[in-house]
Amino acid sequence: MTAIDPTAHLSDQQIEQLGRELDALRDEVISSRGERDAAYIRKVISVQRKLEMTSRGVLLFSLFPPAWLIGTAGLSVAKILENMEIGHNVLHGQWDWMRDPKIHSTSWEWDHVSPAAQWKHSHNELHHTYTNVIGKDNDLGYGIMRVDEDQKWQPFHLGQPLWNFVNACFFEYGIAAYDLELGRNLHKRRRNSPEFRARVREVGKKIRKQVLKDYVIHPLLSGPSFLTTLAATFTANLVRNLWSHSVIMCGHFPEGVQTFERRSIVGETRGQWYLRQMLGSANISGGKLLHIMTGNLSHQIEHHLFPDLPSNRYGEIAPKVQELFERYGLEYVTGSLPKQLFSAWRKVFRLSLPNRGVKTPDLAKERIAA
Amino acid sequence: MTSVALRTRALRLLEMVTTPLLPSDYLDLVDPLRAGAALRGRIEAIHPETSDAATVVIKPGRGWKGHVAGQYVRVGVDVDGVRLWRAYSVTSPTNRADGRITITVKAMPDGKVSNHLVRRAKPGTVIQLHQADGDFVLPAIRPAKVLYLTAGSGITPAMGMVREAELADVVMLHSAPTEADVIFRNDLHDLAADKALRLIELHTDTDGMLDIARLDEHVPDWAERETWACGPAGMLDAAEEHWARHGIADRLHTERFRPNVLVTGEGGAVTFTATDRTVEADGSTPLLDVGEQAGVLMPSGCRMGICFGCVTPLRAGAVRDLRTGEVITAEPGVLIQTCVSAAAGACEIER
Ligand SMILES: Cc1cc2nc3c(=O)[nH]c(=O)nc-3n(C[C@H](O)[C@H](O)[C@H](O)COP(=O)(O)OP(=O)(O)OC[C@H]3O[C@@H](n4cnc5c(N)ncnc54)[C@H](O)[C@@H]3O)c2cc1C
Ligand code: FES
Repeated sequence: MTAIDPTAHLSDQQIEQLGRELDALRDEVISSRGERDAAYIRKVISVQRKLEMTSRGVLLFSLFPPAWLIGTAGLSVAKILENMEIGHNVLHGQWDWMRDPKIHSTSWEWDHVSPAAQWKHSHNELHHTYTNVIGKDNDLGYGIMRVDEDQKWQPFHLGQPLWNFVNACFFEYGIAAYDLELGRNLHKRRRNSPEFRARVREVGKKIRKQVLKDYVIHPLLSGPSFLTTLAATFTANLVRNLWSHSVIMCGHFPEGVQTFERRSIVGETRGQWYLRQMLGSANISGGKLLHIMTGNLSHQIEHHLFPDLPSNRYGEIAPKVQELFERYGLEYVTGSLPKQLFSAWRKVFRLSLPNRGVKTPDLAKERIAA
Repeated sequence: MTSVALRTRALRLLEMVTTPLLPSDYLDLVDPLRAGAALRGRIEAIHPETSDAATVVIKPGRGWKGHVAGQYVRVGVDVDGVRLWRAYSVTSPTNRADGRITITVKAMPDGKVSNHLVRRAKPGTVIQLHQADGDFVLPAIRPAKVLYLTAGSGITPAMGMVREAELADVVMLHSAPTEADVIFRNDLHDLAADKALRLIELHTDTDGMLDIARLDEHVPDWAERETWACGPAGMLDAAEEHWARHGIADRLHTERFRPNVLVTGEGGAVTFTATDRTVEADGSTPLLDVGEQAGVLMPSGCRMGICFGCVTPLRAGAVRDLRTGEVITAEPGVLIQTCVSAAAGACEIER
């Protein structure tokens, strides 16, 4: 939330010009997609699968502490890669252009309790369309948190640091719950709709398969290492959940990131849509490994501008995007992982309490609406 | 318990181990050509034939069931990272000792797959395959007298047949722009020297195009021969007419590499229901191209209406068969070949 409108200096024409420049950048990437990109994703998939199999193999002997450590670490990394750099991005359709039915958004299923089809709807259609629009974007506080000074404070919000932490630990279940839009659909009238019940059954089936694999089959295969393997897969899932929750929180929550009101996006132009993505996202700075482990969501700004470009290209276009921010006098919110995480958590804590001081009007929101 | 039931159980258990992936997703990393895998092949070598044609030697996966001389194989090749499917005639005999097959490709101007295979593909690359298909083949009861009437890259299926069986009396009448453009020229001359066939080479740049009406000047007994013809549409149309005029259409077998587009009409909005995408299409662009351009995953193969690799349920509306002009309307169970069907008004197909 800002007292000063960060877009006040831009005329409507400038905003549309910004949109055209971003469109041109997008076309540039699309026309140069090719073998190098295809080789990249195939390599990541191959490394991930080999790492997962090896780690699970090592965990068959998890009774021995070194095996437990190596196996758990490897499986955690494999699960993170699978969800972030592979699953999230394949399901965005970033690799659909390859026309490989095995790496395609319509056929991919991921290592996650939310079935791919439901996640695609709530993530691609809702979150990416309504980025940071309060009340429309589930990723923004997941419907359980106060995320902006403008939202009315309620005593329930006092617990939000705790709710946020619990959500982080069981993040994949949290995602499944809001992909089902549980909050909305548990009302009596909707609860019995056949469509909702079919979706609940789908999720139930997926959870059963996932739980069976991680907490029954693999521990059983480990024989005497049953309990330690169980602990290992639980830990790997926990690590993956905490990591992905942290990355996502850093994408839209740190100080400096704007939120928007429902009415502000009515009749939005292409330029204004881009502008909202630019102001509503934040990056994480770091090395190549960090970018891969975050599924390149460390380039959240670039990802939100162009959700379906291949993830390996975000880092490459980042300097050009940053240059655009500078030229148009906008703030490119970025920082190291600890810094952004701290900033996001501080906001969670701050907003758990009622506002202090005088409320300032938020001009950014008014203006994007105009 | 039977061994089949046992194997199904074991597989089910393995799937529980690998969910949400399949066991094959992991096995493919190790051995993409193994038995039970989706059919693939590995390019072993690429030999130039002319300045713009090359023979590609492929080691097919264990699932390969073999071919009949004259058949084609559909291959899926990644060109600039994009999987493209095309059909190529098998040019190797069925009894090749090392189990490899060959296809021979002529690079078309601006042709994506043909140029890639002739000029850029590398040995070691894994490609996608389908089982051989097609009825442009040598019959099991070999005919006594044969004529191969070919032009350009149309020589490929005929070469497959020539290499397969040594027949008593074979004439090959082949057209190409110049001597240097004749694919398999050395092989053909060796065969001719061995009296395995009589070769008539027409160099159309200097000799002019073949005039079918004067076929008997080259092959006096053409009407007695079982004939296989493959080449450009003009030559094949003329041949079909000529054979029909003499009342012996059943002795002529033709193979086309491209569809004969006869009729086009008004287009319409095409909805791809599984992908949930709608685009405007004209009445002459095949729905296969429309879908591919819209980023929809469209299966395909020959792209000319013979392999049925592209069949897709038509859910609503109407499409036109570009070869006949027939309008097909949606009904439960109606399947269309997207490569030879264009929108005839608004329509919905399940892709
Ligand atoms: C049953 C069957 C067997 C075949 N066997 C062989 C074979 O053994 N060897 C072989 O080289 N090809 C063969 N073909 C043709 C082959 O499948 C491709 O169509 C051809 O290689 C062109 O593909 P491309 O991707 O290079 O061209 P595209 O990128 O699809 O097309 C590029 C341009 O070339 C034009 N074009 C496409 N095909 C032809 C053509 N045949 N003649 C003239 N212009 C064309 C297109 O209209 C377009 O303008 C066969 C086709 C069929 C249906
Ligand atoms: S692609 Fe072969 S019939 Fe359509």
